[in-house]
Amino acid sequence: MLTSSTFPDPDALALAVIDRQRPAVAKALNLLDDQRPEARRRATRLLRLLPQQKLYASGHLIGLTGPPGAGKSSITAALITLWRERGLRVAVLAVDPSSPISGGALLGDRLRMLSGQIDNEVFIRSLACRGEFGGLSAEVWPMSLVMLTAFDVVLVETVGVGQKEIDVSKLTDTTVFVAQPASGDSIQFLKAGIMEVPHLLVVNKADLGLAARKTLAELRATLKPAVDESSWQVTALAASAARGTGITELADGIEAHRRWLLNQNQLNARRRQFQAEWVLKRLDDEFGRFGINALGGADAIKRELERSESSPFEQFELLCQRFLEGWGGKRKRQTQP
Amino acid sequence: MTSEKTESKKDLPWLMRTYSGHSSAKASNELYRTNLAKGQTGLSVAFDLPTQTGYDADHPLARGEVGKVGVPIGHIADMETLFDQIPLGKMNTSMTINATAAWLLSLYIAAAERQGVNQSQLQGTTQNDIIKEYLSRGTYIFPPEPSLRLTTDVISYTVNQIPKWNPTNICSYHLQEAGATPVQELAYALSTAITVLDAIRDSGQIAADAFSQVVGRTSFFVNAGIRFVEECCKMRAFTDLWEQLTRERYGVEDPRLRRFRYGVQVNSLGLTESQPENNVQRIVLEMLGVTLSKRARARAIQLPAWNEALGLPRPWDQQWALRMQQVLAIETDLLEYGDILDGSPIIDAKVRDLIGGAEAEMRRVQEEGGMVQAIETGYVKRQLVTSHTARMRAIETGALKIIGINSFTETAESPLTSGTDSGIMKIDPAAEREQIARLQAFRAARSQVEVKTALKNLKEAAVSGENIMPASIRCAHAGVTTGEWSGVLRDIFGEYRAPTGIDISTLNMAGSNTVDRLREHTRKTGEELGRPLKILVGKPGLDGHSNGAEQIAVKARDVGFEVVYEGIRLTPEQIVKAAEEEGVHLIGLSVLSGSHLELVEDAMGRLEGVGLAQIPVIVGGIVPPEDEANLKSLGVAAVYTPKDGDMNLIMLDLVNIIRASNGLERYEA
Ligand code: B12
Ligand SMILES: Nc1nc2c(ncn2[C@@H]2O[C@H](COP(=O)(O)OP(=O)(O)OP(=O)(O)O)[C@@H](O)[C@H]2O)c(=O)[nH]1
Ligand SMILES: [Mg+2]
Repeated sequence: MLTSSTFPDPDALALAVIDRQRPAVAKALNLLDDQRPEARRRATRLLRLLPQQKLYASGHLIGLTGPPGAGKSSITAALITLWRERGLRVAVLAVDPSSPISGGALLGDRLRMLSGQIDNEVFIRSLACRGEFGGLSAEVWPMSLVMLTAFDVVLVETVGVGQKEIDVSKLTDTTVFVAQPASGDSIQFLKAGIMEVPHLLVVNKADLGLAARKTLAELRATLKPAVDESSWQVTALAASAARGTGITELADGIEAHRRWLLNQNQLNARRRQFQAEWVLKRLDDEFGRFGINALGGADAIKRELERSESSPFEQFELLCQRFLEGWGGKRKRQTQP
Repeated sequence: MTSEKTESKKDLPWLMRTYSGHSSAKASNELYRTNLAKGQTGLSVAFDLPTQTGYDADHPLARGEVGKVGVPIGHIADMETLFDQIPLGKMNTSMTINATAAWLLSLYIAAAERQGVNQSQLQGTTQNDIIKEYLSRGTYIFPPEPSLRLTTDVISYTVNQIPKWNPTNICSYHLQEAGATPVQELAYALSTAITVLDAIRDSGQIAADAFSQVVGRTSFFVNAGIRFVEECCKMRAFTDLWEQLTRERYGVEDPRLRRFRYGVQVNSLGLTESQPENNVQRIVLEMLGVTLSKRARARAIQLPAWNEALGLPRPWDQQWALRMQQVLAIETDLLEYGDILDGSPIIDAKVRDLIGGAEAEMRRVQEEGGMVQAIETGYVKRQLVTSHTARMRAIETGALKIIGINSFTETAESPLTSGTDSGIMKIDPAAEREQIARLQAFRAARSQVEVKTALKNLKEAAVSGENIMPASIRCAHAGVTTGEWSGVLRDIFGEYRAPTGIDISTLNMAGSNTVDRLREHTRKTGEELGRPLKILVGKPGLDGHSNGAEQIAVKARDVGFEVVYEGIRLTPEQIVKAAEEEGVHLIGLSVLSGSHLELVEDAMGRLEGVGLAQIPVIVGGIVPPEDEANLKSLGVAAVYTPKDGDMNLIMLDLVNIIRASNGLERYEA
């Protein structure tokens, strides 16, 4: 049987993550992935020890999504190079689909993100989506928090066509959609309103020429001008990960969106909101609509969660507990420090 | 050549070669001269992996690989030594060289000039087919576009300057070795030929009236598998398709320039480590596939040896393989007849069948946007992995029977492998040190000014788009090294990583109790350890043999593992970094090029360095028994070689090794 020594000490681990130690980041991610009760307890403790400032008020959490093979990983690689030149430390969470038949997964995004030189300021973790969470592994949110603590930029790559993009846009500060030239899908989804509008659209493989230009023009035609000066203006641009063109513009656009969020005082609010959504989604998976209603309904739970300072695991545990203890609405709050 | 009659009314036999080279230019030169004395009629040079991938012997990536699987050629002096006392004006030399083909040909031309031979007299072949490198062979360097430009530069240059040179050997050989079916071999080789010929036509380097010469100089390198009747038909299909393609697409009028000329290496993928003596029968039968049909007969043949799956062949093993050819050509009556298959309705029907299939797949490639696009999107590679996976599953279920692997496995002990050298050639580890010493002495002695100017010149040619050959020949004479030549082009063209093709769909295998049980074990163990089992399959070093790693990765996914695989040619440092970031339960390293000891030791040391010594490491590939013991003493948990044909057993092992390393009880087989 396993001894508790196989589980890391969350206090030491948290300190090491804050100190940006790579092995600690790796261990923390493993712990967050671990579903055993003892691991959950320690993960909860770990998350609680991470500084709120890092988790909710700084850094940049970016979602990169788009159809299979559009070049998301290649674009990521190009962005990594550029961010590194700008002195930023980068973490990537690359999510790939799981096989519904075997439950296994091939995690192949790293291949395109490899660079000749070993760079210890870049950290890439691949994750199988394991059929949960509508194409986005449930671990993405907590793992992002650890990465935000230790890195300046955190990028989440997910495959998505149509409705699946919604998930990543509900978890990240800035959502970028990578479109494939000559594939009408993205435009159709946008027009039909099936796809949540991302903050930036990029048509990759601009080196292919005409097809890319046509797709860019079509995408631009679907974009609406911003309602007023203070709202974000979605833009579409062309890039070629292969040639390295358009990457600076893309990085600048991403950065502009972060500044916009800060100016609008939205960064913190949005992250709290994502976390609330994440907890809700997990409650929904666990107890269904009945459970959510029993706990007072989605809106009420969200309002409560967005005000709370607890870690997502604590919030979730607490609500579970409350549900299981029977709908009593005891205002017992916060776990001991 | 085959149609000319000798006095005894026998056709002339094909060129007989042995693919060889090892340790150093000097050792290889001696080997070549003895091989020629034994009746070999041409040379076929095997280069080591650093030479093929453009690194000098003292580059960190070359560690453990120098002189292992071929001869190291770092500069003009090595090339001169390689052909010492071999008159290049008379010799027919085939060089298996691709990404660095322009460079090795330049060294060859320069060495010939130093022997007093003008380049126009040279005869031979540069393989110079980059497309199949991305799909199977793995010694590519640059992205497809600049690579193709180098290919066409070599072709244009030789057609204009070295009229008897075969500037490219379009290869389907390596595709079959990566699992291709006969139809896929036909379709992808011909699609590659189209890509290359179109590129030359559009490059403007060849006068319009000389273009049919380019078509005429284009030759092929194919495979011949154990289903020799079908292979015979495949060769007839190749001949027909090529005749039609060159006429219709390229308007070649002279029928002699439309002949499908090809060399062969017979199938090695099906050669086994278990009961290796059976490989002799296999090789001989496979040779029939490319010799029976006179109108589709090979121009040159090289055969693997009986110990193919054990390791590198010794001179005696290669001699045995050469004698197989000689017996067929000299003792049998094969060469006394016209085409013995003409007029057979059964053969004709099979040929039509293959042609139909090939044409359909060629259209499919065109729909992808041509061969280059189909490589970049991963389409062709996925098709190959799919075929290979189907083959592996057929072996697993017994639908495909291989003697000694899944049927008739009982055997007496073989006297062939009981010798003191375990029946294979061992490369002296001193070879690498000595090569490095020679290289460094050579570098110190050359004129640095000339080297600098020559490299500057090369850079200009690379950027401007003018033919790369003249500048490269100048580099050769100036004493530029293989690493320097490639380095200049790496800087300008960039480097490439090809798609792995393993993202194919999962085979259900429902109803297979073994697979069901495995999936259950994997899932359960994942639950016990708190998260799904995750493994990393890594290919350290310059080794391009990807089949094993791909098949292990696909199979592991299919029984429920989460698998990280980043393709070929990684440094141990890159692999360890990935293992750390990914939080895997197990690391599997696959090495077939013979440098397993150096690479595995390096990786294990680094794992310890980052505090991950507790992750179990397993190794697969071509590992002789005594090395297996060495690896285990380094702490390797298990070693797998080609004789471990049962993938389900390997998978069960993976689960058990992970269980054991986490203090859980093993599952019974
Ligand atoms: C197919 C093949 C090729 C193909 C490779 C295609 C590809 N993309 O993989 C081609 C034709 C391209 C090729 C080329 C060369 N080859 Co080759 N090739 C072979 C061959 C015939 C079969 C290997 C194979 O794919 N088997 C099928 C797979 C499924 O089996 P496997 O890899 O052995 O894997 C099994 C086990 O070993 C184990 N395993 C392997 N890896 C892993 C990993 C893990 C995690 C686990 C658990 C298990 C495991 O499990 C698998 C299932 O049974 C072998 C000889 C032989 N019959 O074994 C020579 C062989 C490996 N090649 C050899 C050589 C020298 C070359 C070249 C370097 C020659 C040259 N000088 O240019 C070139 C260049 C290749 C390069 N870039 O590195 C030598 C290596 C000599 C040595 N080690 O001492 C061999 C042994 C032939 C010989 N006797 O000379 N080759
Ligand atoms: N021509 C061209 N090809 C590109 C470009 N970017 C990526 N590719 C190619 O497109 C293919 C897919 O690239 P990836 O980066 O793996 O795409 P992805 O969207 O991450 O793919 P998945 O994760 O599998 O969905 C690869 O073969 C790349 O070489 C580009 O800018 N131009
Ligand atoms: Mg990707």
